[in-house]
This record gives sequence, structure tokens and C-alpha cells, in this order.
Amino acid sequence: MTILGLYNNLNTFLVIGAMLFAMGIYGVVTRRTFIGMLIAAEMILAGASVNFMAFNRFVAPDPVTGQVFTLFIMAVAAAEAAIGLSIVVAVYRHYYSIDAEDATQLKG
Amino acid sequence: MNPTMVSSPSLFSVEGMVGVVFLIMIAITIIGGLIASNAERVVRAVAGLIVCFVGVAGIYFFLNSPFVSMMQILIYVGAVAVAISFAIMLAAPEQRKKVGPSGPLVGPLGFATAALLAGGFSVLAFKTNWVQMDKINDGSLRTIGLELLTRYSMVFELISIVLLIAILGALVIARIRRES
Repeated sequence: MTILGLYNNLNTFLVIGAMLFAMGIYGVVTRRTFIGMLIAAEMILAGASVNFMAFNRFVAPDPVTGQVFTLFIMAVAAAEAAIGLSIVVAVYRHYYSIDAEDATQLKG
Repeated sequence: MNPTMVSSPSLFSVEGMVGVVFLIMIAITIIGGLIASNAERVVRAVAGLIVCFVGVAGIYFFLNSPFVSMMQILIYVGAVAVAISFAIMLAAPEQRKKVGPSGPLVGPLGFATAALLAGGFSVLAFKTNWVQMDKINDGSLRTIGLELLTRYSMVFELISIVLLIAILGALVIARIRRES
């Protein structure tokens, strides 16, 4: 397996998906703002989608299933982004900040 | 694996050029992801997210699915990134934003978690013996449409209702309450 034939190998795509997932996890953990966390969560979903598409291409008997599942992940991610961003806007109107540590009204 | 795969394609053959394009797509994805998770300004993080998703669309193209690749660009780059940009314009005060992690341990611990996850998943991918099965159809756009409207029709309707309720809920949450 040379470096130019990587696109015909399942493990390549699994490693790409794992790296996207890990970058998303790192962003969720270290970001301070809600919008940064939302961006990182989108990357986690993209990593999962890449995994689904890789298994769909290489091992699944029905190559439609993974594509349909990825479409559904995209729809759910769009819904999540819409809800999350509206919550961000509402939080900003209330606290005048999108820093996650400033929204402490329910903190004991 | 694939019987048509050549063991070491030369750089100037068709397979070699395809491999070069694939490496470029991987580089775009990884660089965009790093920008999206490390940039100090939120606007730059969104730009990195767009770059990352363009690369992911290219990777989908290599996975025999131009339809999902187009959907990735349409939905993520076209809709989600624009929505995030609008939210930043509505809600991100750049002048009072504090940058950097909230504690001294957050950065190293987050990096350790991410490295552990990526390494673990990669080791798992290489250690497992994946069994390949024969394809029962070609996975083209026509078969996707047929299965979406026959086998997955219930899920299709449900996802439509979820999207509708999400849009209505977003409007309800984000509207300005006039009575207060």
C-alpha cells in the first residue's frame, strides 16, 4: 500500500473520521463560547458521517444504507444547529455574553 | 481488496493523480478542522469549518457518492455555516470576548482526551479484520431515491417533522418577547 493508493483502503477513511471526531472533542472541551462548542459539535457529527460512508463503501452489502443515514445525520445536524444558535441568541440577549461561564443563573 | 487496485501507481498515471487529489482533500480537511478547533476568533473558526467541510465533501466523492458530497456542500457550507455566521453577527461581541482556555489544565487534558480517542479508534480500525460482502445494488442516485421512498419512507417523514419542529422551536426561542 503506497501513499498514492490510500483512497482504496478502508483504514484511511476510518483514521480521517477518528481525527475529525478528536478535533471536535478537543474543541468542545477547550472552547469558551457557545458558538465555538457548536462548531466543534458539527465536526464530531462530520467524523461520524465519514465513518458511516466508509463502511458503506467498503463493507456494507447495501451501498444505499450509509448514504441515507448520512443524509439523516445532516438533517439532524441542521436542526441541532438551528436550535443551538437560537439558544445562543437568547442567552446573549439575557446575559450580553456568549461565554459559557457567564450563564450562571442556575448555579448553586 | 479491490482487484483493480495497482500496488504502486506512478505519479503521472490516472491512479497516481487521483491519489494526489485525495491527499490534497485530506490536507484540506485536517487543516480546516485544526483552524475550526483552535482559532481565537469565532469568525475564523467558522471559516475553518467551511474549509473542513469542503474537504469532507471531497472525501465523500472518493467514497463513490457524489450525491452526498453535493448535499454536504449544500447543507453544511450553504446553510449551516451561513446560520452560524448570522448568529455570530447577532450575538458575538468581539471586543469583550476572552480568549484562551478557562483553566491551565483544560488545554492539555483536552488534547490528551482527543489524542487518546483518535489513537484508540485508529488502532481499533487497523486491528479489526473487516469482512467484505458482495454489493446487492450499485448505490446510485436512482437506488437512493427508490429506497428513500420505499424502505426508509417512515424515517424520511419523521426527519421532515423533526426539521419542521426544530425550525418552529428556533423561532419561538429566539424571538423578542414584546410583553416584557
